Amino acid sequence: MGGKEVLTLGGMTLSAPAPAPDVPDATASAQWPDATGHFGVFGGRFVPEALIAALDELTAAYEAMRVDPAFLDEYATLQRDYTGRPSPITEVPKFAQHCGGARVLLKREDLNHTGSHKINNVLGQALLTKRIGKTRVIAETGAGQHGVATATAAALMGLSCTVYMGEEDTRRQALNVARMRLLGAEVIPVTTGSRTLKDAINEAFRDWVTNVETTNYVFGTVAGPHPFPMMVRDFQRVIGDEARAQLLEREQRLPDVVLACVGGGSNAIGIFTAFVPDEAVRLVGLEAGGDGVDTGRHAATITGGDPGVLHGARSYLLQDDNGQTVESHSISAGLDYPGVGPEHAFLHDIGRAEYRPVTDAEAMEAFALLCRTEGIIPAIESAHALAGAMVVGRELGPDALLLVNLSGRGDKDVETASAWFDLADRTAPTDSDERAVEAGRGAEPGPGMDTDQHTTEGAVSNDRAVAGQDAGEQA
Amino acid sequence: MSSALAEVIGAARAEGRAALIAYLPVGYPDVDTSIAAMVAAVEGGADVVEIGVPYSDPGMDGPVIQEAVDVAVRAGVGMAEVLRAVTAVADAGAVPVVMSYWNPIERYGVDRFADDLAAAGGAGAITPDLIPDEAGPWLAASDRVGLDRVFLVAPSSTDARLAATVAACRGFVYAASTMGVTGSRATVGDAAERLVARTRAAAGEPPVCVGLGVSTGDQAAEVAGFADGVIVGSAYVRRLLDGHGAAGVRSLSVELAEGVRRAKVQA
Repeated sequence: MGGKEVLTLGGMTLSAPAPAPDVPDATASAQWPDATGHFGVFGGRFVPEALIAALDELTAAYEAMRVDPAFLDEYATLQRDYTGRPSPITEVPKFAQHCGGARVLLKREDLNHTGSHKINNVLGQALLTKRIGKTRVIAETGAGQHGVATATAAALMGLSCTVYMGEEDTRRQALNVARMRLLGAEVIPVTTGSRTLKDAINEAFRDWVTNVETTNYVFGTVAGPHPFPMMVRDFQRVIGDEARAQLLEREQRLPDVVLACVGGGSNAIGIFTAFVPDEAVRLVGLEAGGDGVDTGRHAATITGGDPGVLHGARSYLLQDDNGQTVESHSISAGLDYPGVGPEHAFLHDIGRAEYRPVTDAEAMEAFALLCRTEGIIPAIESAHALAGAMVVGRELGPDALLLVNLSGRGDKDVETASAWFDLADRTAPTDSDERAVEAGRGAEPGPGMDTDQHTTEGAVSNDRAVAGQDAGEQA
Repeated sequence: MSSALAEVIGAARAEGRAALIAYLPVGYPDVDTSIAAMVAAVEGGADVVEIGVPYSDPGMDGPVIQEAVDVAVRAGVGMAEVLRAVTAVADAGAVPVVMSYWNPIERYGVDRFADDLAAAGGAGAITPDLIPDEAGPWLAASDRVGLDRVFLVAPSSTDARLAATVAACRGFVYAASTMGVTGSRATVGDAAERLVARTRAAAGEPPVCVGLGVSTGDQAAEVAGFADGVIVGSAYVRRLLDGHGAAGVRSLSVELAEGVRRAKVQA
């Protein structure tokens, strides 16, 4: 970026980009949420009273930290020297031939340290954890990317770390389980409910309410109770802030469309936020359509869900007539979530962003195309955004300029992808989840590791904390 | 506004004892057996039955209640069955109060829920993941039809939040005795006693009932020494999980009812 660093947290600009046309008021997109965490009717706090004090403490500490020059300097240094920001923009002309000839630019969050955008958020929240004097962090993870990022930040900053991961996901994403354990984190497979991300979040909340005096919950996406949707957005908006300045510099224009995959929605909010005030820029979120929204086996929360309350906030969710959360389905563990962040629900309802489903098959086609045409293996999550670009590009034609958030790299997905393509040659697909599960090696630790969990030196021992799934039996 | 819960707790206090509040979820092991267990809890001495609405993501519950509720969720048990249990408990002579996470009520419709609960003979609802700050529609609906509404306080609640929560409650205030989720504990701890005292001091000397961790007659007696009511959940559910059925629930109620009578409630 030619030495022009941008660091903006919810409207707080540390060092602004050089004057360029159409630079928006940095505070314009920080007009929501309101003081109690509401994005229109969405968001808020739907949690047990026992957690309110901790959420208030986090909110106050975050409000003080976001304007503290010492924090902003430390965060910017970590982003540059540890994560490797700014992430580059890569044009992919051969892939773009499959997108109706539209130009396609990728924002390369896959090149960040730990392999995805998740590191942006956890570095901020880990610094916040130290600031409020807590020594243990917990996290939920679906694909394992947020868990790996949290384990990484915990190792870097000397925090004890416990990651809750659905048992099914530990099989789908065995590589990331081994990575977390190498980094010194305790990984707890969650065996309740659907054994995926939704249930990992439940267990993490149970752990938090039981151990809140020593423990901070490093939430991985823009969902959950206030202040998480706001705080995670602010930590992730660096993606869009950088990309907007990069496009103005190299193209002297803004993109026509910004595309990102949406599970909980943190990478999408991260790249959308800087463009929200640019009304001519279309914002398109791609949800996981699984086997197809009409089959009921999908994770397309906004496309196929209704407003309700889940995991501490009002937003769209997949639910039945009794208000029970419906299990979601996606080949992508990171998008396999029946909820979505409240700001996405709000952006949808006010018409500022549009949300479309992408099936497993469409995502895997885009996945293979990017591998073969450009030599980039994307995360299957990010492949949903690429599939969206193939559709939108064909709609708009060769004059369009598309910006796609390549939120993560696909190393973790190699086995799932191998199983998909091998099996696709033989039989008609019927249950992508089963194939993915069968492809995994299970949750055993990798070579050189044993099953004992080792605590980071100098931090609170996980042995002295009560695991979420045991809370109430031992406390 | 009169309150069925405040009345029954006041009557217990007039007898120099705490009220016994039994929690059981609708639909475990099946709807009819769960309702029979609630009636047995009343026959054994429960003054109030907390009728649990099954929910897929019970973030405040420990493994015992999760295991039972999961069966009910998978069986598709919903508000119609809950309302049937409400009427059965009222017919058995105790005060029925619904315990529900918020989304099942919001999905059913807040006004429709209030109307149907009142018609079924319910006293009101306990909402563990709804704080008064987010409860506007429920405050209005419960006022309109005269239902009680019970919110939670916790050891971590500030005095300002205690005062605001007490002001929003009608019936009683639910003091979550420890930081954690539901489940049996070896000791209840003195955090509960401090919380009850702080809650009473915060505003208006409301009835305060204590939940989380009570499972035996001795613990019930200990809590009855400083609280207006003793809430027992996981221990009842454990009787059903272990196959002791309605008879096991009835005998636990007998033990706990003896416990809440052992210690004099402070006037």
